Amino acid sequence: MSETMYIGIGYLGAGIGAGLVILGAGLGIGKIGGSAVEGIARQPEAGGDIRTTMIIAAALIEGLAFFALIICLLALMNFSKPAVAAPGNAPVAAAEQAH
Amino acid sequence: MLDHVYARVQLAGLSLPISKHLVMMWIVGAGLIIILPWIFRSRLPGMNLARTAVETLVLFVRDGMLAPTLGEHGKKYTPYFCTLFFFILFMNLLGLVPYGATATGNIAVTAALSLCTFLLINLSGVAEHGVVGYLKSFVPHGVPGWMAPFLFPIEVIGLLAKTFALCVRLFANMIGGHIVLLSLTTMIFIFSDINFYAGVFGAIPVEVPMALFISLLEVFVAALQAYIFTFLTAIFTGAALHPH
Repeated sequence: MSETMYIGIGYLGAGIGAGLVILGAGLGIGKIGGSAVEGIARQPEAGGDIRTTMIIAAALIEGLAFFALIICLLALMNFSKPAVAAPGNAPVAAAEQAH
Repeated sequence: MLDHVYARVQLAGLSLPISKHLVMMWIVGAGLIIILPWIFRSRLPGMNLARTAVETLVLFVRDGMLAPTLGEHGKKYTPYFCTLFFFILFMNLLGLVPYGATATGNIAVTAALSLCTFLLINLSGVAEHGVVGYLKSFVPHGVPGWMAPFLFPIEVIGLLAKTFALCVRLFANMIGGHIVLLSLTTMIFIFSDINFYAGVFGAIPVEVPMALFISLLEVFVAALQAYIFTFLTAIFTGAALHPH
């Protein structure tokens, strides 16, 4: 695999991954927001408690979304890519050619 | 966003770097140690406003976060939780001023904070129930005997995962905001490379207000993430102290 191939596939994986993550996080937090607003509409005096719970749950889901963001960034920067063949890397280059 | 190393200190065979994030942590630490007691004990009339503000936050930590989760005798943990809350809050906010850096945008800093939480959870559980009692509290009551060996590793992994999640949540929230800000500002340069006038008249009117809006969102996220970190630490410590 050439250098540009690694970079290209890294960008592809990161882009598709980030899009899917935003889908999931948006759905989850939207559901929580909807139920919270409905709950406050039914019982306005519980507004403070519901608001606090909503923010905590939204922050937890957002935390998971940020996990996936970190993984996308790792894919983008090719952190686990093997070293590219260079004049001083004869054994690494040989191993790479053998794949 | 990157950690610039200013100097190196040779200590016991290690070459310790003095970097921008470390200097920011020192500034926040000095601020908390020097400025907050001065606010409390000063007799100047102008300090009343600052004292009320700090007192509101401390009471919010004690009554809003510790009383529901740790119970009434959990209020003796207030100093640690207040330290945690103010430290994270000011470190997050210091990244938004010019020439400042977000120290919590360094995964080493958030890993150290979540390790402190891990120690707090385990040590408070051991202090409350004893070592054997704390290990027994991992498996809830009323569970059939044959299921206990399966539940125990799952609970331990859950504890490690919760600590790891605390670390990554704070780090990614802080560094994500700065990465978005960086990308928006770099768009101006990208557009200017294509065509100078497209860059000046096309990109700047869009990107600069967008960067301003993202910065305002960053202020909210800074306060929210400090609150979430402290509140989750309180919840986990409460779960270790009173395992129902």
